[in-house]
Amino acid sequence: MATPNLKHALFCAIVTLIIAYPILGLNLVAQGTKVGLEGATTSTVISVVLAAFVVFFFQLFRDSIMGSLGKLPKLNPLSGREPMPQAKRAKLESWVLTAIVVFALFWPFLVSRGSVDLATLVLIYVMLALGLNVVVGLAGLLDLGYVAFYAVGAYTFALLSQYFGFSFWAALPIGACLAALFGLVLGFPVLRLRGDYLAIVTLGFGEIIRILLNNWTAVTGGPNGIGGIPEPTLFGMEFGRRVKEEGNTSFHETFGIAYSGEHKVIFLYLIALVLAVITALVIRRLMRMPVGRAWEALREDEIAARSLGLSRTAVKLSAFTIGAFFAGFAGTVFASKQGFISPESFVFLESAIILAIVVLGGMGSQIGVILAAIAVTILPELAREFADYRMLIFGAAMVLMMVWRPQGLMPMRRIHIELKRQE
Amino acid sequence: MQDLLYFFQQLINGLTIGSTYALIAIGYTMVYGIIGMINFAHGEIYMIGAYTALIAITGLATLGIAWLPLILIVALLCAVIVSSSMGWAVERIAYRPVRGRHRLIPLISAIGMSIFLQNYVHLAQGSRNIGFPALMEGSFRFGSAEGFQLSLSYMQITIFITTLVCMTILSLFISRSRIGRACRAVSQDLGMANLLGIDTNRIISATFVIGAALAAVAGLLLGMYYGSVDPLFGFIAGLKAFTAAVLGGIGSIPGAMLGGLILGVAESMTSGYLSGEYKDVVSFSLLILILLFKPTGLLGKPEVEKI
Repeated sequence: MATPNLKHALFCAIVTLIIAYPILGLNLVAQGTKVGLEGATTSTVISVVLAAFVVFFFQLFRDSIMGSLGKLPKLNPLSGREPMPQAKRAKLESWVLTAIVVFALFWPFLVSRGSVDLATLVLIYVMLALGLNVVVGLAGLLDLGYVAFYAVGAYTFALLSQYFGFSFWAALPIGACLAALFGLVLGFPVLRLRGDYLAIVTLGFGEIIRILLNNWTAVTGGPNGIGGIPEPTLFGMEFGRRVKEEGNTSFHETFGIAYSGEHKVIFLYLIALVLAVITALVIRRLMRMPVGRAWEALREDEIAARSLGLSRTAVKLSAFTIGAFFAGFAGTVFASKQGFISPESFVFLESAIILAIVVLGGMGSQIGVILAAIAVTILPELAREFADYRMLIFGAAMVLMMVWRPQGLMPMRRIHIELKRQE
Repeated sequence: MQDLLYFFQQLINGLTIGSTYALIAIGYTMVYGIIGMINFAHGEIYMIGAYTALIAITGLATLGIAWLPLILIVALLCAVIVSSSMGWAVERIAYRPVRGRHRLIPLISAIGMSIFLQNYVHLAQGSRNIGFPALMEGSFRFGSAEGFQLSLSYMQITIFITTLVCMTILSLFISRSRIGRACRAVSQDLGMANLLGIDTNRIISATFVIGAALAAVAGLLLGMYYGSVDPLFGFIAGLKAFTAAVLGGIGSIPGAMLGGLILGVAESMTSGYLSGEYKDVVSFSLLILILLFKPTGLLGKPEVEKI
């Protein structure tokens, strides 16, 4: 074994110990008004030492390990196959999407109320992720304050219903359009900034919106939030046991069936499903329209796109506005589902989760993003004992994806024409 | 007279906070100057520095050591060592493999790292905020006994002196030492420096280590000044420091110092004359305005768009 490897390996192992032991091995505990120090459990200490050993041996035999890893793809039987023909692929994709939607339509009648509630949340995330996918995946604009538009949608509905008695259906387009307007107004000045500056500015904007919501107590209720947000109605039929609003009828009385709390949950789920499908279809269409192509062209090569006559501001602005529009959509549904909103639902972490969904799914790819939204929302519920580790794993997954597979789990493939090879 | 004293009090508070922002901002500005990426996890490195310092202080108190200078020096050393190792490891794991790819990829990787580190500390040390013991109490007071009194605490003086010392050492290091010279060369032209025999990987690592060490110093100082730490402590501070770096002109070290001071004063004036709740709004608005109207900052060099 070469000496530099040994030295490097030793160094890495020591660094591992230094960064892991003080934070993991020594716990600060409050003892009355003072702070005390407690050693962690033996198993933690052992795992820290073990980690250092693993790092040591990995670095020591790094070259040979990396060499054998390089041979691994050959073992994968799928690696050598030809990519699926274009037409077949597109057909398969639309079949899969249709199957998912049909399944999703009938599914809530078979399962418990809790799962339907969770599924509604998944659909809200699907809408958010599809919207952010336009901004980040297609147009290549990193928006770290996406949650601000979500908040605008949710608060629009909450405030309109509180002060003016608007119903869900009246507030839905208003919320979405107002969010889009916010996107337009913010986007106009900032979109000429370079990629990473844009990310920080949108992050700052998201924080500003949250702080304003938190402190403008007279209107938004501050940290206490807004409660009593009405549920959606079906042609004037309410889903509660008693009719709250004059002129409405109740769903179970109209149809002469027994009252059940599940109706409301399922109805909300179906609304979310319809809206998510609309989102997916609209964006799918947009992607094939000139504007969608312009987004990608600008993402791939800004200078070339501009020299071909694309207006940078108009193209970026359209992506930003459309993304914000769907966030407003999702926000309205969210407010209606929760019945209560507060600024705590709209922190930066939420933006980061949505971004993580887009990144994991594969930037630009719709199916990938939908599957990632489902996985990211459901997995922590399934493995509740690991719920604390959720964000830790997210963070690690984001880093690993960027290092090994920046195109995502299911990368987008553009529809393209292949030239036949000359014989 | 009263008004003037009040104004000076806000100025002192602002300069105190501002000088620590400047310490953190140097990490952003140096990394940006060399590899052109925003080290989003830098705020977390600073938070880890504060935690390590608190662990060291508590450990020494448990051992029964009460001599203040010794406590401070040991805490500082521990914080610097742990944070620098963290900075080095973060660069190795999350940034080096994605260096040179599309601009957004290192940034997303950095955001992932930031979330990871936040939750790492959260899981290991709990999410509650933990109080720093008050080690340095007392202050100089000026002004009449019945009216408003201007106070300059020992802690604030310590912050000024420590920051000044750190900045001086850094300036000397950058201008005189071999590594400092290499740092400047790499930030001017990475490829050329590489051709001339500078180990650029090592210099980039060194940049991260220097930035992390300064962040750790800021972590100890601000942790003691505010009196508590929690895992989210680094996020806002990191954002503020980034604002400071942009304000002064990202890539420029004197710019980071100037930007930090200006931002600190702006913030404390806002909380002194308007409301403490809106001080974050002011600094973020400041960030947005600078990026819109003068993206090169106060002391930065204009960047020429190459085709």
